[in-house]
Amino acid sequence: MSAVMTREVDPGAGHVTLPRVIRSEWIKFRTLRSSMWSLLVAVVIIVGLGTLFSALRAHRFNQPGPDGGPRLADFDPTTISLRGVFLAQLAIGVLGVLVVTGEYSTGMIRSSLAAVPRRLPVLVAKALVFALATLIVSELAVLLAFLLGQQALTSTHLQASLSTPGASRAVVGAGLYLTLMGLLAVGLGTLLRNTAAGIATFVAVVLVLPLIANALPDPYATDVGKYLPLNAGTQIMSVAHPDPTLLGPWAGLGVTALYAAVALVAGSVVLKRRDA
Amino acid sequence: MIEAVGLTKVYGDKKAVDDLTFDVRPGVVTGFLGPNGAGKSTTMRLLLGLDRPDAGSALINGRRYADYPAPLREVGALLEARAVHTGRSARNHLLAMAATHGIPRSRVDEVLRLVGLDGVGRKRAGGFSLGMGQRLGIASALLGDPGTLLLDEPVNGLDPEGILWVRTLLKQLAAEGRTVLVSSHLMSEMALTATELLVVGRGRLIASGTVDELVHRASSDAVVVRTHEDDRLAALLAGEGRTVQRTGTETLTVSGMDSESIGVIAARESIPLIELTPQQATLEEAFMEITRDSVEFHGSLGADVAPAVSGPLA
Repeated sequence: MSAVMTREVDPGAGHVTLPRVIRSEWIKFRTLRSSMWSLLVAVVIIVGLGTLFSALRAHRFNQPGPDGGPRLADFDPTTISLRGVFLAQLAIGVLGVLVVTGEYSTGMIRSSLAAVPRRLPVLVAKALVFALATLIVSELAVLLAFLLGQQALTSTHLQASLSTPGASRAVVGAGLYLTLMGLLAVGLGTLLRNTAAGIATFVAVVLVLPLIANALPDPYATDVGKYLPLNAGTQIMSVAHPDPTLLGPWAGLGVTALYAAVALVAGSVVLKRRDA
Repeated sequence: MIEAVGLTKVYGDKKAVDDLTFDVRPGVVTGFLGPNGAGKSTTMRLLLGLDRPDAGSALINGRRYADYPAPLREVGALLEARAVHTGRSARNHLLAMAATHGIPRSRVDEVLRLVGLDGVGRKRAGGFSLGMGQRLGIASALLGDPGTLLLDEPVNGLDPEGILWVRTLLKQLAAEGRTVLVSSHLMSEMALTATELLVVGRGRLIASGTVDELVHRASSDAVVVRTHEDDRLAALLAGEGRTVQRTGTETLTVSGMDSESIGVIAARESIPLIELTPQQATLEEAFMEITRDSVEFHGSLGADVAPAVSGPLA
């Protein structure tokens, strides 16, 4: 640089580094209303639905079933209190897609990639910030849902506690499951670069594929179905009566993680290769 | 210093940028001039590594943009299409950009003040007018105090006061020894702002040089003469072997002779002249002349109607 130039910026301030890009992505994440709203909606759904379902179940429990006895066949107090996760994953998924596609729709991505022309650190930092925020918020939400849900189930005398075998695994796993689904959405958003396409694909993969798989003739329905991200990942929340035809809790969550990883890797390749 | 060598970018079957080679020197404002669709914005994106060239290379101070460890400290860019998330405030946008390079918060407030947005820094960028958006874009470009500036249509949407401000700012940045490349489709603006010009059309470099050179090159050496004794003067000049055209009532257009010689002849023959005007093209006319065959989108009138002839370039 020529000597005439005035350098007002601290010369030691330096280069683009991953921690700096993470800081930048954290500023971006917390300064958008959509992030806060999506997380808030997820929390309300997880806690609200979990508590509501538990209370309804407790109410029905004290009325006799068709056979005159209490309804015990599929009674899993842990799962009931975590039901909200099934709906909350949509809020998390939408946020995951938007974290990336919001930059494409507004043109922000050009600023982001001009600042970090190596590109990959942007996605890595985005995924990290999103995953950490989602994990913390959803772990707290599922814990609250579990505690309030079990409280609501006390009248059945079958309520679980965190020391019930498998219960703490289910609670921790539910938060992990939501985070992995969110990362799957981040990957899809990076791959498709379009909000509508990203959300539609996310809903199709998470909710529609299990329905289609169900329509397959019998051995295939479970053989294929158990490897879909929803069926595989939600086994972590099943404590009292795990379905033996489905994957185990951690193996299932691993399969969901694999979906997220594949989507993120595919997204990385596209991000690196294609014009911004 | 920006060096583009054989830069080529193809979208589908259309060559947006076609074998473009040019240098942009520091210290002066260089105008990047061309009609819409000429490839100016694409070239800017290629310089920034946002698009990958199909051939050729673009170097800034001898290195590819993407190879700089702190690109915002080397090159500041304002891209034509807005590059800001509409849901985020101007200040938070700049803070996020600054964070990638460890640029301090004080610099963010400094550039906000510099572009006159310090009063609205906490408002969402989505609510900004086009002019405010341009100011925010310029603030982003200046954030890292870079030695090279790429500005795509910076005066778009600015009010007269804003245009004057940009013009002064660009000249000042160039005077500080920075390399400043400014694209525009407004020749009149470039005539006032730029010293050097790169003229592109359909992705190709059509002309380059200083503004003065280009205007001179497009100017014919004709002189318009008005006199009541037009027949006598026409005969005299034709006798000297000059081309004389009758271009109006008592009006002649003379080629091959400068105004001084015509005036001397007229005085010698006692022919009173009402008007004696050398025909100098404006940059606008020069631009139309140079890009005539390279305009991507002709208006229904554009090809037929000659540019409005105005006085010599101020």
